Amino acid sequence: MLSVENLHVRYGAITALRGISLEVRQGELVALLGVNGAGKSTTLSAIAGTVKAVSGSIVFQGKSLVGKSPEAILRLGIAVVPEGRDIFASLTVEENLRLGAFSRHDRSEYRKDIQETFKLFPILQERFHQSGGTLSGGEQQQLAIARSLMAHPTLLMLDEPSLGLAPTLVTQIFSLIVTLRKRGSTILLVEQNVQRTLDVADRVYLLNTGKIELQGEPAQLKAEGAIKDVYLGKNK
Amino acid sequence: MVIYEFLINAISLGCLYALMALGLVIIYGILKMVNFAYGELIMFAGYMLYLVGSFTNLPWILVALAAVLGAVIVSYLTEIVAFRQVRTKSLTALLITSFAVSTLLQNAALLTISPRAKAVILPPIFSTTVSVFGLNIAMRHILTIGVSIAMFIGLTLLFRYTVLGIALRAAADNFRMTRMLGVPADLVISSAFILSGMIAGVCALFWIGRTASVTPTIGLGPLLIAFIATVIGGMSSLLGAAVGGFAYGLIFTMIGVLLPQVLLDYREAFMFLIVMLILIFRPEGLVRAKHTQERVG
Repeated sequence: MLSVENLHVRYGAITALRGISLEVRQGELVALLGVNGAGKSTTLSAIAGTVKAVSGSIVFQGKSLVGKSPEAILRLGIAVVPEGRDIFASLTVEENLRLGAFSRHDRSEYRKDIQETFKLFPILQERFHQSGGTLSGGEQQQLAIARSLMAHPTLLMLDEPSLGLAPTLVTQIFSLIVTLRKRGSTILLVEQNVQRTLDVADRVYLLNTGKIELQGEPAQLKAEGAIKDVYLGKNK
Repeated sequence: MVIYEFLINAISLGCLYALMALGLVIIYGILKMVNFAYGELIMFAGYMLYLVGSFTNLPWILVALAAVLGAVIVSYLTEIVAFRQVRTKSLTALLITSFAVSTLLQNAALLTISPRAKAVILPPIFSTTVSVFGLNIAMRHILTIGVSIAMFIGLTLLFRYTVLGIALRAAADNFRMTRMLGVPADLVISSAFILSGMIAGVCALFWIGRTASVTPTIGLGPLLIAFIATVIGGMSSLLGAAVGGFAYGLIFTMIGVLLPQVLLDYREAFMFLIVMLILIFRPEGLVRAKHTQERVG
């Protein structure tokens, strides 16, 4: 469904990605792991069109995404929940969700989607008319995910959804990810929480300094103990 | 009695300045650029009033509509021809571009029309007064207040209840995220310029209605007023701009009444003094941004 080949990204003099290749297939939950600065978020940004690729290809359902604008990429079916959630603080929960549905035009479907959202995120019904800035971190994360689902994406990309949340909320977010996966969403997840990610992901890529260090199924990576090596630097 | 007439005058000026400030802050909110060519939109609308009014026999309301439409078109064109080309570069590039557009439009007026002031034909409603409860009120003030309030209501409805309006507010909050939700950047920015042009056009009717003449540099005053108004009101919100504009108009009228005759020439200097005082005590403007910090939990 999504295939990234030999992707290079530079921020001025700093090379953030040095030849990333990865694949996400229909219905999979694929995770990108790695320490800070490994290039996980940059990879998502490049796919979402907010960061330009120097070279390499990104192909989604047969269409190249390189050089496309973020809005065009959303309309092709890729939604992002960025790190830090980026909900609109001065807009109400309702307005946030309404913008999430910007790319869709059917009003009756919108109402159905809102009902669906309330089922999945009951707290958002309670907060419907409050402004986004008054929500707690966990509520904001739920809103950010609900907002991106409003566009009915074929691929959902989540950038560190558990960042800065209390442990019980982290559990809640991960069980939400599992629920979404069960409902048939294809998900590309960026995380720092290795253990929990290995528990839910179908396949994992481990990034280190802009390259893919390891890849495989969680069970296999756990058995080899290879992840620990990368995190602790024994690999070198 | 004089106090009521003063009040009407102050409210009318406040409304006009609030409107001017709104036109400027709509673009600032999204591009974070102070559009220095904003005053030239008012100038252009002024010349439209002069040209269409003097050389056709159209009823004035159509002349006014043509002037507003002219400002909208010029605003949109400056966006497409100039600002869009440098938008992804730097903020400095945008700012310099807005200076260039401003100078270009001013010089175009100098070359094609005249450096001298041109008289604009206004309908009698601009110079008549009505008597309300024994007060003599200039129709011009009633018109300014009425039209401004109608514009405020219209804009509020637009920003609150339409998807485009919500998208504009979202873009002012976080443009990148707005685009990632599928809202086209060009649509948002063009809409902002069109709205800004429309507001400039309406402001021009009343700004030029005060002097009944237009010059190539007539836009400078409104630009400065709008800019200062947004600074004292708070650059972060539309409400801030409107409050700032209204406060500016109120204070300016008050200074005019309170200053002794000999100091009246220094009215602007006193105005700036007050603006500085406001900024010393409320550096973020009269209206503070709400909820910029996210709660942790």
